[in-house]
Amino acid sequence: MIPVSWYLILSAVLFVLGVAGFLIKRNVITVFMSIELMLNAVNLSFVAFGYMLGDYNAHIFVFFVMVVAAAEAAVGLAIIMLMYHNRKSLNVDDIELLKF
Amino acid sequence: MDQFFFYMFSAVILVMALLCVTAKNAVHSAIFLIGTLLGVAGLYLHLGAEFLAGVQVILYVGGIMVLFLFVIMLVNIDQTLKEAIFSGQWKLGLIGVALLGVELVWFVAKGTGLPEKPETHAAAPAAAQLGNVQQVGDVLFQSYLLPFEIASILLLVAMVGAVVMAKKRI
Repeated sequence: MIPVSWYLILSAVLFVLGVAGFLIKRNVITVFMSIELMLNAVNLSFVAFGYMLGDYNAHIFVFFVMVVAAAEAAVGLAIIMLMYHNRKSLNVDDIELLKF
Repeated sequence: MDQFFFYMFSAVILVMALLCVTAKNAVHSAIFLIGTLLGVAGLYLHLGAEFLAGVQVILYVGGIMVLFLFVIMLVNIDQTLKEAIFSGQWKLGLIGVALLGVELVWFVAKGTGLPEKPETHAAAPAAAQLGNVQQVGDVLFQSYLLPFEIASILLLVAMVGAVVMAKKRI
């Protein structure tokens, strides 16, 4: 029997790795992959809490998070393709139209 | 035995996630992310969520990551390989990330909010005979039927949006 706090710490570390990738990577595709890492970390803590409480509603929540992640990946990758066609670059530092 | 599997899967998850964040090539990042996702699927199995483990492998590894690899193939990756992998504000980013990590781990270590074994666990033996997939299906199509339909419409909208954006002339 593993205490639920271990899962939560693992999930926290995974989330922090995702945030790190999101903030410091230069390639926009890897930035997008870091978002998937963060989503997985949160899903893991959802399932760990659901296991602790013996509640199946957590699984439904994670299922819907996965559905939204799939939709987000499809639209986000289409945006990345469009950006590459218009700018010929994948560097996030080059996309500065809204920068102050 | 429980602990062995937990340690094994968490080691896989953390090492693969670290390599995913630090890899230079986007294809390598994608492969390492697949390793992380498979490790998370293993932990789902460990937590009694067989349905989610299956969905994780089919949807994430089989769907989303293949989409990622397709896009990596379509764009020119050689140009990004010559540049530095970390963006201009990486020092500031790492400071923020360190603060966030300390905060999260501190809260988890300090927290004593929920009891380890609440009474709702007593319902588990009767429900355990049904199996996880059947239970999730029952809940999904009874209590959560409307969100399920809304999710299907969301997927349709995302599909149409992706096609409209990626196609040059419709």
